[in-house]
Amino acid sequence: MDLYGYKRENGEIGFRNHILVIPSVSCANRVAVGIAEQIKEVISVQTQSGCALVGDDRELFKRTLVGYATNPNVAGVLVVGLGCETFSAESIAEEINKTRDLVDWIEIQQSGGSGKSIKKGCEKVREIIIQTAKYKREKVDLDELVLGLQCGGSDPASGITANAALGVATEKIVNNGGTAIMAETPEAIGAEHILAEQASTPEVKEKIINIVQRYEGNMKKIGLDLSEGQPARGNKEAGLTTIEEKSLGCINKLGTAPLQEVLEYAEKPSQKGGIFMDTPGFDNYSLTGLVSGGIQVMVFTTGKGSPCGTHIVPVIKVSSNTELYKKMKDDIDINAGTIIEGKEDKYTVGQKIYEKIINVANGEKTKPEINKESLFGIWRKLPSV
Amino acid sequence: MKECDAIVINIKDNVAIALSNLNEGQIIEVLLEGKVRKIKLRDNIKFLHKLALQNFDIGEKILKYGNVIGAAAKKIKTGDHVHTQNMKSLRG
Repeated sequence: MDLYGYKRENGEIGFRNHILVIPSVSCANRVAVGIAEQIKEVISVQTQSGCALVGDDRELFKRTLVGYATNPNVAGVLVVGLGCETFSAESIAEEINKTRDLVDWIEIQQSGGSGKSIKKGCEKVREIIIQTAKYKREKVDLDELVLGLQCGGSDPASGITANAALGVATEKIVNNGGTAIMAETPEAIGAEHILAEQASTPEVKEKIINIVQRYEGNMKKIGLDLSEGQPARGNKEAGLTTIEEKSLGCINKLGTAPLQEVLEYAEKPSQKGGIFMDTPGFDNYSLTGLVSGGIQVMVFTTGKGSPCGTHIVPVIKVSSNTELYKKMKDDIDINAGTIIEGKEDKYTVGQKIYEKIINVANGEKTKPEINKESLFGIWRKLPSV
Repeated sequence: MKECDAIVINIKDNVAIALSNLNEGQIIEVLLEGKVRKIKLRDNIKFLHKLALQNFDIGEKILKYGNVIGAAAKKIKTGDHVHTQNMKSLRG
């Protein structure tokens, strides 16, 4: 199967050509949305952050915002700021401009308020849209693929159907020289020893164990009981009892792909192959971190039924059981429930997932994409002030 | 996969997963190391929930995927439903 993508000026390949309007603070959300309301091609995100940031949250916010705006699926971006937030729109635009050409910014206080900002923003976005025509799809190598691996609303079937089949697809992508990034650190608690065995170097082995134990340790330090939130209520109703049980099923998404690198939240990988990124299990934060890390396509497995997707990366939704697939057909792309029914095995479904990934990269739409599903959230680790 | 009432994912496992809603008192068939083992259920076991393949003392480790997924929080008998009421995590 051949792959066709948009080559960006920094050499990265995108598989969508989105126009993004991104606020540098939540106060600018309404203007960002206002621009998207006027110009239908535009995608706007809304942030719950951007001000009163302390400590490491400051760098984390900037890294995530810039990473998101420089995701290779984005052709052009307008940053909308207020004027008094932690990082000005201009400073964010400057960071983006280090690797990407089509970026501009506006500031609400400077422009004279929200109405004038929407008008000015629309003028700038029109110019950006016209220039994005310079990007055309061309044939690219299979090793350019960067896949995001996600699960949400897992049930006990997820580990042996959807995640197992996804693991087969992941192995194919990595064997082609491509990259697959798995996240959700709490959902590695109890399975980190297995990921450690897959580490390609002693440094990676140490790092994966450290970040999982760091997550667990941080919960204990502030006296929180992990089991209150993990497994979640729906996971438990479905039959998953402990985080260890959930994690052992979750890590099957990576298959046997060797782990080449362990990233902090929203960092971009420096290696190809199997990668782990530190994120919470909370989908808003994990999806956003992965997009900021540069994934172009995501496969998202679900047992209870998550309809979610992201604004700029197409999400392929895979159900772990057939009952879910029949119930939520408008939200699910592929059913892996046939595995537990003995009708297919993980290799057949894995091949289907792999082919879908290539087709989606080449432009085929997914159900969450058609439904305009769009989670966005920048992880905020420290208290608000 | 669907040839028995419940499956065992790994040969080291001491719990099986129900492949449909199963009823207390039902005698089910579980495929274990190529042989069919019959187990009488002591509880209703919902689709995908766990049932005990052995007796467990308190603190005894519960294995699924060939790895530890927790420990018995109460005494468990073969055929019992294994979940939050009698099993606890060893992490977090």
